[in-house]
Amino acid sequence: MSLPTWRIPGPVLALITLAWVSGAATAAVPDAQTIVANSLQAFYYAGEDMRARISMRLINAQGKERRREMILLRKNIGKSGEQRYYIYFRAPPDIKGTTFMVWKYLHKEDDRWIFIPAIKLVRRIAADDKRSSFIGSDFTYEDISGRAVDDETHTLLRTEELAGRAVYVIESRPKTRADYTRRLSWIDQQRGLPLKEEYFDARDEKVRVFTADRIEQVDGYWTVTSRTMKNLQTGHRTQVRFDDIKYDLGLKKNLFTERYLRTPPRKWLR
Amino acid sequence: MAPLRTTIVSVVAFMITASLMNRASAGDVELAGFVQAHAVARMSNVDCPAGTECAVPFNEQRLQLKAEGGNEAGSLSFLGKIDLIHDSVLDERVGEVRELYADYNSDNFRLRSGRQIITWGLGDLLFINDIFPKDWVAFYSGQPLQYLKRGSDALNLDLYLGTTTLEIVLSRFRGDRLPDSRQFVMGSPFSPLLPYHIDEPTGAELALRLSGNLASWDAAVYASHGYYRAPALTATATEVYGFYPRLNTLGATLSGAFANGVLNLELGYYDSVNDRGGDIPAIENSQARFLVGYSRQLGQETQLGVQAYAEWLQDYHAYERSLPAGFALRDEVRTVATIRFTQRYFYQTLTFNLFAFVGLSEGDSYVVPSVRYAFNDNLWAELGANLFGGSRHGMLGAMGDNGNVYLTVRYAF
Repeated sequence: MSLPTWRIPGPVLALITLAWVSGAATAAVPDAQTIVANSLQAFYYAGEDMRARISMRLINAQGKERRREMILLRKNIGKSGEQRYYIYFRAPPDIKGTTFMVWKYLHKEDDRWIFIPAIKLVRRIAADDKRSSFIGSDFTYEDISGRAVDDETHTLLRTEELAGRAVYVIESRPKTRADYTRRLSWIDQQRGLPLKEEYFDARDEKVRVFTADRIEQVDGYWTVTSRTMKNLQTGHRTQVRFDDIKYDLGLKKNLFTERYLRTPPRKWLR
Repeated sequence: MAPLRTTIVSVVAFMITASLMNRASAGDVELAGFVQAHAVARMSNVDCPAGTECAVPFNEQRLQLKAEGGNEAGSLSFLGKIDLIHDSVLDERVGEVRELYADYNSDNFRLRSGRQIITWGLGDLLFINDIFPKDWVAFYSGQPLQYLKRGSDALNLDLYLGTTTLEIVLSRFRGDRLPDSRQFVMGSPFSPLLPYHIDEPTGAELALRLSGNLASWDAAVYASHGYYRAPALTATATEVYGFYPRLNTLGATLSGAFANGVLNLELGYYDSVNDRGGDIPAIENSQARFLVGYSRQLGQETQLGVQAYAEWLQDYHAYERSLPAGFALRDEVRTVATIRFTQRYFYQTLTFNLFAFVGLSEGDSYVVPSVRYAFNDNLWAELGANLFGGSRHGMLGAMGDNGNVYLTVRYAF
């Protein structure tokens, strides 16, 4: 079975560019499915691989703050949307040295493993619910590693400007039951990155808001280097910063195996 | 005190190694640790024998210091964890080297030498192929799970053969730490007046593990040549004599995604080398062990794990014939089921956990409920209990007079 790819046909890409350059967005707008595919590609798949140092601030409604610090290694496998993720936790002290690995597939459940250094234990963990909180933050596992374009149905609502950038406003509805019933995305027409996302619950109340707070070009790829996810019901929010980003390092596939889960590759973790 | 002296020597040696490594390679050394208080109160009204700490069998404060580092290239690294413990109940101050090892990493192998914790197999608190030393005192007294494992003094060579890994562990014998009458109330077939004399093995132990992926399953096979970690005891007129019988094991594990969860399969054969006929009552008979486990998420912050486990005693008729009068007869097949339920609240700061062993064949049970709250990134507290029930002849029920509640508070830095 061949899986749908993210690649956008050349003519479509040309049309997007043309539309943006001419400012005549209404003239030749790609369909919503293509816009979202393009956005997922830009946001989750930039480069062949990447490394980043991630700092998370988990802030509750009272302003009390917790911190998480980790090194992320990521590699794309082929063109089918498959990816490998490796995360090494540096802080807080109680989980320092813990490593976490995901083999991400688009059309079946991911494989996930965790290594607990205090007892040198590698354990495969159930990955059924991608909507679970990632280490107690406002981001879910799916927010971290992405979703498949055909998990949702997409509608282009309008085009507009957000913070001086031309954007598509897309409405996406999950095809299977999820913790949100619809999602609005403001997608940068030129760069493909989501600048803002709003999640609505069954009563159509806005429950979570994602914002891309800072976007920089790194190694030729536009990258969201600072982002926030805010839960409007609890007042809890998570601010994430990416530092020391590098793309196309030539990370080997075997880095994403139990061997390195047990023995973190110091070379990539400094 | 000898253990303390050993510890001090280890700490000094470790600090010197660490500082040399640091200077030689311009690598980095990171220091961390925690302070922890842990207290345990016995639950039921038990008439403890003289000499057993009864109402508060455990109350200790602990400082763990950890240092780790390595050179820039990643070829050399080390880790050391030293615990300094003040035991208010036994009025002791002890030092313990939890781990202290150095690694040499190359493309095709890793050599780890020193005291190290090794965990094999898939069972959740049920062990088949994890034949490495354990601390049951820590376990039954509600210490954090990491203290169930004791380090092995070992040379551990991992050979990376393409997509498979062969792990070879050559170690010096280290026994389990078993509950004793200072803090536990347990029936003993021996006169309490007899002194114990226990011989430790001097020979080396060897353990092998070959692991890799089969389709999208994690597969491993295991073999070991060593000793039981609990002594075989016999009483003479003047003493209780104990030694650690020989044990060889063979086993296999398989783990993979199944029905929206994770399925674990494990089996092993315990070859009781010193009692292959099964007619020496003090020594365990050979056994075959089986485990099936399944875990999955029930909701966004809810997790469930269940396991079924069986121990099949070999040479059962020989065991029956040779069992001395007064000893309870074990079943030929001992079966245990476990359930683990975990629920997290408030951005994973509050965790409720329930682990229950149910002795299906022996009619006993052991339930461990706990609730942990993380006040911030550094400080957490856990309140829990160890509850034993059912038949006093069962392995779990025999602990019936040791039901307890515990409180642990840890500040990590």
